[in-house]
Amino acid sequence: MADQVLDKKEHSHHTGAPLIEPGHSYGSVTDKISSIVLTRKTPVAWFLGFSVAFLLLMVFLGSTAYLLMKGTGIWGLNVPVGWGFAIINFVWWIGIGHAGTLISAILLLLRQEWRTSINRFAEAMTLFAVAAAGMFPLLHMGRPWLFYWLMPYPNTMALWPQFRSPLVWDVFAVSTYATVSLLFWYVGLVPDFATLRDRTKNRWAQISYGILSMGWRGSAIHWHRYETAYLLLAGLATPLVISVHTVVSFDFAMGIIPGWHATIFPPYFVAGAIYAGFAMVLTLSIPLRKIYGLEDFITMRHLKNMAKVMLATGLIVAYGYMIEGFTAWYSGAEYEEFMILNRLTGPYKYVFWSLILCNVAVPQLIWFSKIQNSVVALFVVAMFVNVGMWLERFVIVVTSLHRDFLPSSWDMYSGTIWDWATYIGTIGLFLTLMFLFLRIMPAISIFEMRTLVTDDKKSKAE
Amino acid sequence: MKNGKQDSIDLAKQQSELQQMQGKQYWRSLEELSDTPEFREFVEREFPSSPFDGGDGLSRRHFLQLMGASMALAGLSACTRQPNEKIIPYVIAPEHIVPGEPLYFATAVTLGGYATGVLAESHDGRPVKLEGNPQHPASLGATDVFAQAAVLGLYDPERSKVVRHLGQIDTWENFLGALAGELASQTTSKGVGIRILTETVTSPTLANQIQSFLGDYPAAKWHQYEAVGRDSFKRGAQMAFGESVDCQYDFEKADVILSLDGDFLSQMPGSLVYARQFANRRKVAHDSHTMNRLYAVESSPTLAGTMADHRLTMKAGAVVDFAASVARKLGVDVRGSIESHSGDEQWLESVANDLKGHSGRCLVVPGEHQTAEVHYLAHAMNDALGNVGNTVSYTQPVEINPVVHAESLAELAGDMASGVVELLVVLAGNPVFDAPADLNFAELMAKVKTRVHLGMYEDDTAELCHWHIPQSHSLESWSDARSFDGTASIIQPLIAPLYATKTTHDILASLKNESGKSAHDLVKGTWQASHFGGNFDDFWQTSLHDGLVAGTQFASKSVRLRTGVHLDTAGATSGIEVVFRPDPHIWDGRFLNNGWLQELPKPLSKLTWDNAALMSPATAARLGLENEQVVSLTAGERSVQAPVWILPGHAADCVTLNFGYGRRRVGSVGKGCGSDVFPLRTSASPWIAADVNLEKTGEVVPLASTQDHGSMEGRNLVRSANLQELVQHPELIHDMGHDPDPSLTLYPEVEYPGYSWGMVVDLNVCTGCNTCTLACQSENNIAVVGKEEVLNGREMHWIRIDRYYEGETENPEALHQPVMCQHCENAPCEVVCPVAATTHSDEGLNEMTYNRCVGTRYCSNNCPYKVRRFNFYKYADFETESLKLLRNPDVTVRSRGVMEKCTYCVQRINLARIDAKKEGRDIRDGEILTACQQVCPTEAIVFGNINDADSKVVTLKADHRNYGMLTELGVKPRTSYLAKIKNPNPELVES
Repeated sequence: MADQVLDKKEHSHHTGAPLIEPGHSYGSVTDKISSIVLTRKTPVAWFLGFSVAFLLLMVFLGSTAYLLMKGTGIWGLNVPVGWGFAIINFVWWIGIGHAGTLISAILLLLRQEWRTSINRFAEAMTLFAVAAAGMFPLLHMGRPWLFYWLMPYPNTMALWPQFRSPLVWDVFAVSTYATVSLLFWYVGLVPDFATLRDRTKNRWAQISYGILSMGWRGSAIHWHRYETAYLLLAGLATPLVISVHTVVSFDFAMGIIPGWHATIFPPYFVAGAIYAGFAMVLTLSIPLRKIYGLEDFITMRHLKNMAKVMLATGLIVAYGYMIEGFTAWYSGAEYEEFMILNRLTGPYKYVFWSLILCNVAVPQLIWFSKIQNSVVALFVVAMFVNVGMWLERFVIVVTSLHRDFLPSSWDMYSGTIWDWATYIGTIGLFLTLMFLFLRIMPAISIFEMRTLVTDDKKSKAE
Repeated sequence: MKNGKQDSIDLAKQQSELQQMQGKQYWRSLEELSDTPEFREFVEREFPSSPFDGGDGLSRRHFLQLMGASMALAGLSACTRQPNEKIIPYVIAPEHIVPGEPLYFATAVTLGGYATGVLAESHDGRPVKLEGNPQHPASLGATDVFAQAAVLGLYDPERSKVVRHLGQIDTWENFLGALAGELASQTTSKGVGIRILTETVTSPTLANQIQSFLGDYPAAKWHQYEAVGRDSFKRGAQMAFGESVDCQYDFEKADVILSLDGDFLSQMPGSLVYARQFANRRKVAHDSHTMNRLYAVESSPTLAGTMADHRLTMKAGAVVDFAASVARKLGVDVRGSIESHSGDEQWLESVANDLKGHSGRCLVVPGEHQTAEVHYLAHAMNDALGNVGNTVSYTQPVEINPVVHAESLAELAGDMASGVVELLVVLAGNPVFDAPADLNFAELMAKVKTRVHLGMYEDDTAELCHWHIPQSHSLESWSDARSFDGTASIIQPLIAPLYATKTTHDILASLKNESGKSAHDLVKGTWQASHFGGNFDDFWQTSLHDGLVAGTQFASKSVRLRTGVHLDTAGATSGIEVVFRPDPHIWDGRFLNNGWLQELPKPLSKLTWDNAALMSPATAARLGLENEQVVSLTAGERSVQAPVWILPGHAADCVTLNFGYGRRRVGSVGKGCGSDVFPLRTSASPWIAADVNLEKTGEVVPLASTQDHGSMEGRNLVRSANLQELVQHPELIHDMGHDPDPSLTLYPEVEYPGYSWGMVVDLNVCTGCNTCTLACQSENNIAVVGKEEVLNGREMHWIRIDRYYEGETENPEALHQPVMCQHCENAPCEVVCPVAATTHSDEGLNEMTYNRCVGTRYCSNNCPYKVRRFNFYKYADFETESLKLLRNPDVTVRSRGVMEKCTYCVQRINLARIDAKKEGRDIRDGEILTACQQVCPTEAIVFGNINDADSKVVTLKADHRNYGMLTELGVKPRTSYLAKIKNPNPELVES
């Protein structure tokens, strides 16, 4: 235990800025975080935010109902562009859902304890993003009520799914990822649920948190088993971070369409997902720490670290774009060459160049320490990346499909009002879940934050 | 209970009781309310208390007793003897009818009066598909798009169904009464106020009826008018020969063909046959390298122009000058004010030399929509070249009374204006809509006392008529008609009239006061009267069975060309010229409510659901116009508006207006489609209007084209070469692509021990006529999606004709390529389907299981040919009753959310398989004809078993011209193409 503490100390010294502002004790950390949940007075801002989110959720329900009533024709799809907003949004959300598990699992295994203050809501964000993502593969089907045919289950038709299809791999990859993420998140919450159970005065809250905390008493055995389980889950979740987006990239890479059929896709997609995920964590944590006054826990050092991860993954993504162009040129395949030229100069060139601006140009600002130290600037850069990653998927899905092999079938694609409504609607779903989460669960891990307090005190004593 | 009994109902007591009650209490009668003992007894009698209503509730014992009794009784009821009623099994079936198997009946369909023999496929008494009648000389097994769409016309739910008088529903009997009254008032004047207006009549029976009626009323008159009439041909023939003749060509014998602004491959009587003959001379195989050569001079691009080896564009008005110049070079004595063609001297010289060099083996074909002078010159040239009797023959006219329609209608209009006409009977046709604009026909209608209209639809003319009689579809009625060579066919009904409709024969019979005579008796009577020798019943049976009356083809007759005819023609002027053409699919507007024809992409422009002002890229650029911008075209006081569509290869300073669109009175399908351009079309200039003023209106109308991109982008999708090159380098076509080495795979090759299906499409003879698309639509129950959905890029056709342009924009080479599912051996769609809804059969077919499809559209995305079609909405109409009759019962009707595509007509394969198995043999080559193959006029599509070394498809696949599209992807398509070959004149190539 002492060794570990020493490691942590060294590490924190090494990187300079503190992970938790000085002056905090066990009590103050617990008070601060749990009060957000246990307060009787819900902040007006929460109500405002929640109502906007809920309104958007209703937009989602409305557009989904209309979709189920009429069919996918309400969207802008056609032949040749058989996939549009739905798949773009799916990949976008799944990408966003990467940061949570990455922060929690991989950074845990790498003992990057700066992750502590952001991992909880990053995990929540993952879950909600995956929930939002999961909507799209279902809704984009022509007959969504038959979605279960993609699962291997014994049936009277004596038919399995077609296991060679990347869409079937998707089903497994995404559902596994969702399950493990949920477990990981929930297991991490158990000690904090117990804290809330013990502190709340409300009878119903006591019962609810009591059930959720599964009889946690904080005994040494509990802690021992908890640590083991958490570590195991982290180990289990780590490969999934890589596998999910690899499989998602197979949806494209296994196709023969120029612009899809590329071996660079798996690493490039994973990097893109981490990129998008960190951008979203920044987007969420910056207002969160401001509104709830959590600047002591989510410090500038967190923001900077996240920005650096973003910069690094962004460069990998930029490398991906470059390699796509290089491959097209080097292969000498006329369809590939045309595809790249069409991206750069075709009717969707504005989308492509906006993507380059958002994903490649703007994030280079992070190199400057001035930008790193400006919360507003980081927020703006993160927003650019959020938009850029959406545009990237648009470029991959739409510009590849709309002009493929036979010029006779070339066509244009644009989203309809229902495409937008469904997309914005899932943002509503995501935000609604997020607001509910902030209100009823501790957004920052209380017990893990307390370990940081201990470090601080010890280092002071020395 | 009588009212009198004071003690039974005490109203005062009731009211007080009602006041005491609390809450809602309902009473059913005064008796109940008063609650007398008698009433209680009555209730007890009427509704005996349940056995459960014991004083002490339901005991266990009691319950078990009752349940036991109930079960015993329930069991007993099964032992009841059923009454001894005999039902009749379907053992002695109606003759010929095997449930589930279609029957084929020969009949004929007409367009512009000319008949095409067809075989109607009938399932359980309902016709669902028309095929060409291989025995019929005007069909040879093929049909045009209109014949394919005829069944939809039959089942159109918006057809006229009832007799209407002044817009109100009335009866046939009342009409007969009214008609008798009108006729009675005309008896004394010998019918001086009676006018009958028909379309082109080739029906001997109808002609007899009309003549007979005119015998009764000698002062009455018969007029004929059709917007797509053959006036130029008739006038030209009169000029040339001084008599009415019809003219037939033999393209098979023609080595060199000059087409003068016309389309002999469609839109001409006999064009199905001409297309076949023309194609037979263009099928270049290993061993035969003889090929005809076609020169086309055109204003508006046509299919014939796309097949031409040399194509020259010029204004329609200039064609006559060109023809005169060629004629002079051929030694024809051309007199009159006609000018000589200027420019393209080399072209003209080469054409003339080529024609001269092939005297007796060449052909000059004038366009149907050119002037009479051009027709005269063509006759004269064919005469000078010695083609008459070789490639051209003349017969008596097929039309029974070959009047010039414009004159005939003008005469009628004159009589109407002067108030002479008192009874006008319009037998089909829609003159109010399509009469020349200068006649003001709609206004003249008001001057006629009684107006009667027979028509399939309550159209513009029906609206202005006192009586409208719904017309039977030709698949519902008896009639007869002649084809382009005179061969008569008897039109027999495939189905009893769906509604209380009447035929032209019925109307004429009632005019003759013989309304009891059925069309069947009348038609049979006609043929009985002209039948000599032999058993008439046998003759009748044979004629009906064969779909044609044997020996009725007109004998060719000798004609004498009149020389020295004075040709007065203005030639082309410098202003914008408008050429009128019937819409390639809507024709003169009669098919406006036919969704299949509406959605069929028009040749070259690929427009659906609209007509447009077609013009060349240079002209549009000069006028500052872009696609979809609405222009107004003004000639004198007449003006029409239409959106612009730029058509490469169109003659400069010339605008094509396809008429037929923009009908005001039309069903929901044709409502709001296109622009009415008839107001610009006058009797003086029915086809060519010179010096039209064109202005931009600032409006924009979206036009739904199915192909936005015309360039092949340098890809070798349609491979083409010149004949000489191919002869010198036989492997030329193969060298154009890079097929991967078949051994480049980790997997063993899949074996197909039984059948292995494949297809070859000969691009050298595909004329782009679109009939395959429509035949496929009819065969495979393909839905119509509407203009909005075509604009969204969601048309459903399983086979499409891709059209690419090559060369300069003003006169490019247009290439047609039919593309359907290529049934790839390594099908990229199959591996990506998550639910195995699209799979490979053991005969090599790429099969689609609609039931299993969940609609991820991944297969369509991954299809390099983009031939898969998705039901984004519920496109198929499952509700309309009449459309249910239309469906081919052998093909599933697809619902919302599933993918569909070409199946190689798997239902036809299976039908042949059943027949073959019953007879214990293999399926023979040629036994299976896919729908697209069967209907193709040029036999460009060949389907068969690749495992059968003797099959035609294998022979063709071994040809030098055979190549697969996108084979470099390794998908191994089972459909391959034969490259397009041109046979240019070496003189012109060098220059």
